[in-house]
Amino acid sequence: MAKEDNKPLDSGISRRGFLKGVGAGTVATGMMPGLAPENAQAAESAKIQGPGEVPITLRINGRNRRVNVEPRVTLLDALRNRLDVTGAKKVCDRGTCGACTVLVDGDPIYSCSMLALEAEGREITTIEGLGTPEHLNPLQKAFIENDAQQCGFCTPGFVVACASFLEKNPNPTREEVRSGIGGNLCRCGTYAGMIEAVLDAAEVQKGGN
Amino acid sequence: MKSFEYSAPNTIEEAIESLGNRWGETEIMAGGTDLVTSLKQRITAPQRVVSLKNISTLREIHESSDLIQIGAMTTLADLSNHSTIQKHFPSLVEAARSISSPQILNAGTLGGDLCQRPRCWYFRNGYGLLAQNGGKSLIPAGDNRYHAIFGNDGPAYFVSASSLGPPLIALGASVSVVGADGKSRQIALDDFFRIPKSESERETSLKPNEILTAIHIPLSGLNNSVYEIRHRHGLDWPYATAAVAFKLSGSKASDVRIVLGHVAPTPWLASKAGKSLEGAEVTMSSAAHCAQSATQGAKTLSGNAYKVPMVKTSVKRAILIAAGIQMKG
Ligand SMILES: Cc1cc2nc3c(=O)[nH]c(=O)nc-3n(C[C@H](O)[C@H](O)[C@H](O)COP(=O)(O)OP(=O)(O)OC[C@H]3O[C@@H](n4cnc5c(N)ncnc54)[C@H](O)[C@@H]3O)c2cc1C
Ligand code: FES
Repeated sequence: MAKEDNKPLDSGISRRGFLKGVGAGTVATGMMPGLAPENAQAAESAKIQGPGEVPITLRINGRNRRVNVEPRVTLLDALRNRLDVTGAKKVCDRGTCGACTVLVDGDPIYSCSMLALEAEGREITTIEGLGTPEHLNPLQKAFIENDAQQCGFCTPGFVVACASFLEKNPNPTREEVRSGIGGNLCRCGTYAGMIEAVLDAAEVQKGGN
Repeated sequence: MKSFEYSAPNTIEEAIESLGNRWGETEIMAGGTDLVTSLKQRITAPQRVVSLKNISTLREIHESSDLIQIGAMTTLADLSNHSTIQKHFPSLVEAARSISSPQILNAGTLGGDLCQRPRCWYFRNGYGLLAQNGGKSLIPAGDNRYHAIFGNDGPAYFVSASSLGPPLIALGASVSVVGADGKSRQIALDDFFRIPKSESERETSLKPNEILTAIHIPLSGLNNSVYEIRHRHGLDWPYATAAVAFKLSGSKASDVRIVLGHVAPTPWLASKAGKSLEGAEVTMSSAAHCAQSATQGAKTLSGNAYKVPMVKTSVKRAILIAAGIQMKG
């Protein structure tokens, strides 16, 4: 167990010590002219960023978006407050409701519980990337047809979670749908409609009615 | 959330070098499902966050004939979908899947599950791990409905939140930890969890500049299972869990290990209960007898006595499931 000592808070950690292996004095500035690509990548990763704003590129719905964020900014806040991608909603802001669900490399995650910096280099899909009002995807249509929402605030998170579920489980049972949406909450309690919507969309995708 | 520096090194050595040697100065980020919330709630306000996301070796799973080694950054989803784990360790698959939120399973890691901080509401609301005021815990006289019934002689009353810890201990798992000297040491998982004695300690034997790198589980052919009792099947932690593992020869059990979850500040080895089943035939009545002994030594607080019958029921059911015995009612 660690013992408490009374050193001032900022004395224990070094900004430079761990850069040794990187082998370039330019690293700390974030500029790496002349480094081989793999070294540049190593230097990039070992670099200490922040606490001020850091320029990053996020790949959102197939487009690269550049944004400056402090390391403490979550992916959700970067999307909503910096990039005007407001489909993902902030409700609990602590990983317990699913309103902020987005796909990262195809898998649903809570964007309120991931730092924007952690999402760099990954493929982010939000509700905006699944369909538009003019071109709804089958699941979005099925949500409307099954009246699968009341206030609608949780809906984007549910649709994103359900879309990924359907992709991995094209032929689900009702029970599987239930557990597939186990990471999202609806305070209006429209689960019955949502389960029907997912089952309907599965039929449509299989080429049924 | 307070602002902090961030780095995402490519190697364990770099990561260790960028960690401070006092708790709270720096924090390790795995999937972030627990840490990001702790940062927002100011349970910790580090100067620097060190992300493990670029260290690819931490995601590897290696198998030999008698051991499986799982990198600490393996997500709970990948863990529960792995064919060897599915074949040998139904308890781990069940424990992971019962967390039930696909979003948490996709982002949360095995290392993060073992190192997640307690959910004690005093702790989460800024009263500290031991919830003390003037050297005295607020918990015995406070709202302790979700607190410990074992290992609660003080000063800690929280319960360990990890669902994977109990079945892993039952299976005899150990963990690799890399320390400040860059050397790796192996610790039995049972010894990894600690009951803190002061606010400056945490719930594991990790030092602030140490990284949990891998979990090793012997492939020793043990029957194993978990049984959890939950309020709701999603977005919440269990009230009580029992994990069991034993060798079944005919109908006789040996090498019995019974580990309780969510009832003590660490996963709680019910050794008397394990002994009571050792060498015995697994039947409805021996399981019930063993379950009864698993409750021995429980010390209830004003609001958590309900956990005692839950321990009994979950131990009994876990034993019967592991032995493949159908339960009546
Ligand atoms: C709504 C909800 C319900 C949940 N229900 C359950 C449940 O029923 N059972 C259960 O077990 N869990 C449950 N969880 C917790 C979840 O499983 C954990 O949050 C997750 O496993 C943590 O993994 P992570 O990779 O996201 O860790 P992080 O959030 O990144 O880290 C968690 C902690 O562990 C430390 N850490 C992580 N990895 C390492 C490492 N390799 N070495 C050293 N330190 C490390 C971090 O510094 C941090 O303190 C739930 C979470 C939520 C939000
Ligand atoms: S806002 Fe992210 S899970 Fe609720």
